This record gives sequence, C-alpha cells and structure tokens, in this order.
Amino acid sequence: MRNPTFQVTRRQMVRGLLATGAFGLTVKLSACGNAPTASGGDTLTAGFIYVGPKDDYGYNQAHAEGRASLDGMDGVKTSEEASVPETNAVQETIRSMIDLDGATAIFATSFGYFDPHVLALAQDFPEVQFFHCGGLYQEGVHPENVGSYFGYIDEAQYVAGVVAAHASSSKRLGFIAAKPIPQVLRNVNSFTLGARSIDPSVTTQVIFTGDWADPVREAEAANSMADQGVDVLTCHVDSPKVVIETAERRGIFASGYHANQAELAPQGYLTGAEWDWSNVYNNYITMMQEGKTLMNGGIPHLVRGGFKDGFLKLSPYGPGVSASAQEAAEAAKAQLISGELVIYKGEIKDNQGKVAIAGGKELGQTAVELEQMNWLAEGVMGSVG
Amino acid sequence: MSDRWRSLLEKICIPVGALVAALVIFGLFCALAGANPFGVYYSIYRAAFGSWSSFQNTLIQASPLMLSALCTALPARLGLVIIGNEGALVLGGLAAVAGGLTLGGWGLPTPGVQLGMALAGMLVGGIWIAIVGALRHYRAVNETISSLLMNYIAIALLNHMVNGPMKDPSSLNKPSTFPIPEMHMLGNLPGSRVHYGLVLGLVACGLAYFLIQRTTFGFAARTAGGNVRAARVAGLPVGKLTLAICFLGGACAGLAGMVEVAAVHGRANESLNANYGYGGVLVAFIARHNPLAASLVALLLGGILASGGILQRSHGLPDATVMVFQGIVFLSVLYSDSLYGKLPIFKARPPKVRPAPPMATATPV
Repeated sequence: MRNPTFQVTRRQMVRGLLATGAFGLTVKLSACGNAPTASGGDTLTAGFIYVGPKDDYGYNQAHAEGRASLDGMDGVKTSEEASVPETNAVQETIRSMIDLDGATAIFATSFGYFDPHVLALAQDFPEVQFFHCGGLYQEGVHPENVGSYFGYIDEAQYVAGVVAAHASSSKRLGFIAAKPIPQVLRNVNSFTLGARSIDPSVTTQVIFTGDWADPVREAEAANSMADQGVDVLTCHVDSPKVVIETAERRGIFASGYHANQAELAPQGYLTGAEWDWSNVYNNYITMMQEGKTLMNGGIPHLVRGGFKDGFLKLSPYGPGVSASAQEAAEAAKAQLISGELVIYKGEIKDNQGKVAIAGGKELGQTAVELEQMNWLAEGVMGSVG
Repeated sequence: MSDRWRSLLEKICIPVGALVAALVIFGLFCALAGANPFGVYYSIYRAAFGSWSSFQNTLIQASPLMLSALCTALPARLGLVIIGNEGALVLGGLAAVAGGLTLGGWGLPTPGVQLGMALAGMLVGGIWIAIVGALRHYRAVNETISSLLMNYIAIALLNHMVNGPMKDPSSLNKPSTFPIPEMHMLGNLPGSRVHYGLVLGLVACGLAYFLIQRTTFGFAARTAGGNVRAARVAGLPVGKLTLAICFLGGACAGLAGMVEVAAVHGRANESLNANYGYGGVLVAFIARHNPLAASLVALLLGGILASGGILQRSHGLPDATVMVFQGIVFLSVLYSDSLYGKLPIFKARPPKVRPAPPMATATPV
C-alpha cells in the first residue's frame, strides 16, 4: 500500500512544477509582452528583410551595413530579419514587422521579394511604405505605396576593371558570375570595358555557376581559372567570400563585389565594387522624417544612381595597386561622376564580332537597352546561352 | 492496463520526451548565445500558436510540409528511404505551370484549369519518384542516393526551363515562366490568409493513412516493407507495389509544388526551390512515417519556422537559430527511435504491478 502514497507525492510535485512554470510564464508575459510594440510618438520604425545571412561578405551584408548606419539616428527604430526565403514566408515577416514591431516602412532587399510578395502586402497595408531593392517599380502598374531603388554598380565594376588591367601581368582576367541575366552581363561587360580602356589586349574569362550561392562551383571555377593563368578574379554572386579566399590561396589578385572583402585577402585584394546603402537609407529616412511619403509624392517612386548620387563606393586600394593604377582609377571615377565618361559608347562589338552598340551612339545609365542586355562585349570569353 | 495501452503510451511519450529534451538542449544553446531560454520558449509559443494571426503563419508554413512529407512517409512503409521530395516538388510546380498555361490558353474555366494543374503536378512528381522506385527494384540502385541526386537534376532542369524554353521574355533579371492568370490562382480559405493548400495537405494525409492502414494495398505494402522475401513468397507483386507507392509519394510532393505555384508564386522560378522538400523529410521521420502524425508534426515544424523571425527580432539571436533548433529536434527524435522497447517502464510486466504515469519518462536523453 505504499504505491498510492508515492503517487500522490509525485502528483503534488508535478502540480508544483507546473504551477511554478505557469507563474514564470505569466511573469514573463507581463514583463516583456508589451516590449516589441513600443513604437510611440514620432519614432519611425523601419523593417529590413534580407534573403541571406547578415555576415555573408556580400549582398546581404551590404544591406545590413546600410541598416546599421541608421542606429545612431534620432527618432528611428529598425527591426531586421535575415535569411527570409522568397516564399510566402516573406509576406509573414512583413506582416509581423508591421503588426508586432509597428513598422511603417519596409525595406525588402531581395530582388525576388517584389512580385508577388511586396505587391500583395502593399495592397493589404496601404498606409505602410514599401521600398524594394531592384528598380522594378512601374508607374501606373504598381501600387502608390511601393517604391524601388537600385544602383548602377557597373560604374564601380568599370573602375575595378581599370585597376585589374594595371595589376594583371598575364592580361587575363576572370569573372565568376551567377546567371547570364542583364544585370550580371552588364557588370561583366563594364569590368571588361574598363580593363580594355587601359590595355586593349586584356581578356576576361567568364564562368556562370547557375546559382546565386553555390560555393562549391565558385571554388571550382576560381581554381580552374587560376590554373589557366588568369591572375585577377572578380565575381557577381551573392557572397564573394569563396572566390576571394580561393584567389588569395592561389596567390592571384582579387577584386571584390557587394561589400568589402579586404580582410579575406590581405595580399591580393585590389579594390572592390561596393554598394553604399547607408547613404541611400539615410536619405530615405530623412525624407520620411520631413513628412514626405511615397503616397504624397514627396519621395520619388524610383530612385537609382551611381557614384555621383552616392549609391556606390570602391573598397580602399590594396597593397597590389600601383600609384599609376590608383591615378587612372580615380580619373575614371571622376569622369563617371562628371558625366564625361559614358561606359556604353559606340562602337562596341559583342564577342561574336557583331556590332552591339553602333558607332556614335551613347547609352547613358538610364538607357532601356542596357536593362535588356543579352550580349558579352568583345574581349569576354564565354557565352550567354 | 493492457499491453495495447502501454504500447500506445510508449508511442506518445517517447516523441514528446524527445521534444522536451530538444527544448532543453536548445534552451542551453540560447543561454550560451545570451538569450533567456524561457523568454525564447515563450516567444516561440507566441509567434507560432499565440494568436489566430500568428497561428495562420504556422498553418501557411505547415501546408507545403504536409504534402511534401508524404513523399518520404509513403515509400517508407515499403522500406524505402526516399529524400527526393525537393525534386518532385519543383518539377511538379513546373508541370503545373505548363498545364495551367496550356489549359488556360484553351479557355477552360477556372476549376478545370486548377484540376489540370494539380493533375499535371501530381503526374510529373509521381513519375519522378517512380523512376527512383524502378531503379531500386529493377537495378538495385540505392533509392536514398538516387533520389538525392535526382533532386539536383530536377533543380537544374527547373533552372534550364525557366532560363530557356519556358522563359517569359519580360522577366529580365529573375528568369521565370509566364504567369498563371490571376483568376486561375488558388484562393485563401474564407476569413483567413491561409490558402487551400492546407485542405489539400490534410486530405492527402488522411487518404494516405486510410490507404496504408485500412486497405489491402496498404497491407501488402507494409508486408513487403517488413520482409521483401516473405512478401515475394506470399505472391505479392513487389515491383508493382514499389512503383505504385513511389508514384503516390511523388504525386504528393508534385501537388505541393502545384500549390506553391497556384497559391503563392503564380509562376515557376528559382524561388520554388525553398527547401520544403527537405523540411518534408524531417516531418516524415519525426512522424515515424505515419501520415496522420505527419500532419501534426508539420504543424509543429511550421510553428518552429514561423517563430524564426521573432527569435531574430526580439532576442537578437542569429538567423541560423531556427535551423539549429530544427536540427536539435531532428537529432533528438531520431535518437529517441532507438529507445522503443528499451525503457523498462513500457515493458510488458506481470499484471499486478501498476504502470507508472507518463511524466516519469520525459527524460530519454
């Protein structure tokens, strides 16, 4: 007859544990339950969403650094979430940022967030402003509370090409790219045109990995190019980390992309085409604090720019960059800012020998033809198909 | 208490114990990362099940997992470990778009187009996994490896199709197929933002359970899964069973792809490859390949996924935290599989002794 007694004690113990647990929960509930929604007064809450990790040495890190630059600003609170896939998960994240964090501005930084996710949420929350990175906004087609921003980063790739041409002794450059889409082809071509503006004998070998993040194929491509005698590597993938590290290990030069990767290649890092989102985000927040919105027309729906508008920067020059290379790079940058230098100025042939841009024709950064680029410039080894 | 009850208790207590153990380990991890474990538990609860709005998030995350889990769970009853869910899902989605665009082009009414999309997705997904089954049965190719490798082929095929033959020329920087017209899209359940994929998932799980547990076909499949030789001696058509059950599993994953296309994306592109396939493998294993349990486990995992955001935003934990949590849960449940029949408390014993209450077993790790 000892069994029942024992059970009662155990039951009591269980009850006691449950009660303690429940008490703990209620205490927690009252302590932090209200915390996330505390967005009173004039505080502006902005939500930032990234498709990958914040420390990827690449696309997402560039955006996260831009977000971090808002930390010191008065009257601004930010909320961020990384590794949000381009599925309805991003809609749920946006909804939660609006409902729980009180966000009134959403910065959706991945290209694939726009259609259908941002567009759908913009209709559900007409009072919230949505800013999408990618330049996809079309007047009259998309909702009023949606805006889009993007940079002409091929300007920075052009300058990186100038530096690469100076550093290369084999005159063979390598470009590891994700997909043969217009945006990527434009970077490959601008990098090559920049290099060939210094030495017309320079060629760029391009390899498409087929994926935005495929470290194994990126490393394979980098190694095989190093084997072939390529001595400067650059890339357009989400995270350049593997490419830059492989280049350093193989003792060749590397030129960065998206963010600063200098610490991954202290010897061989030349420079890099970087986004300067901190400037862009500060501008947006300032405009919003002045009471401007997308809906009242105070904030333009489409914001794009290059060096001149502060969308881009170059990584500080590495030890492998000669004084003459720096001089040429700074000159090219200055000319791009002043508008004297137009990258896509005819006559430019593609690598099949056909004329891609007719002689005397100048395509400025806003030209529609550049948005639809489907060719590789003369001097690029590789094919789009 | 009878042995039947004891075995049922064992089936409930061991997985629950494994989850509790996983929570404890995850709590230690959070404490190491500088977050209050109890605050984290509470946040997970609040973000996953705390309100109708957040529960909808869980349901949204769970619905593709239910269908995709069946792609592993069904063949598992026949003794096959198949992890080709991702491949069947993306190809199912691709086929659904092709079907939807064709049928829509013929001017079929919406129900016809949607049915056509579902059938196309199921057919292609089913054939994809049936190939794995055929390789297994006729050529003795390891089905786990072949289905894994076929995922890569399927994803490459998706990329090829959306970059080439099926590309909408206006999709410049994100190559995609032409979109399904808005009117042919799957809508949401009334009064919610959860799409009809949830209903399809629940129905599929129910049907799969009935098929496996309550029909001759299911009995035959389970027999073959228990002992192929015995099944052959008994005259069961093992080859046909293998192909059929692989086809059904693949069809479920293909349907998941169709739902993603028809309810979420509206077109096929690389976003379709969002790891729902691998999530489904996890669900199937935790559910011990029981289709009904899979629907519950999908809810649980959906809840975990839904809480990923709040862990980052309220607790400053890294974005990989939710994956760590998932990994801990998976390992803990897999480990607990080895405890069946080992814990003395669940062993059959003389009827005089009263069995202990379930609480005492919550410490398998």
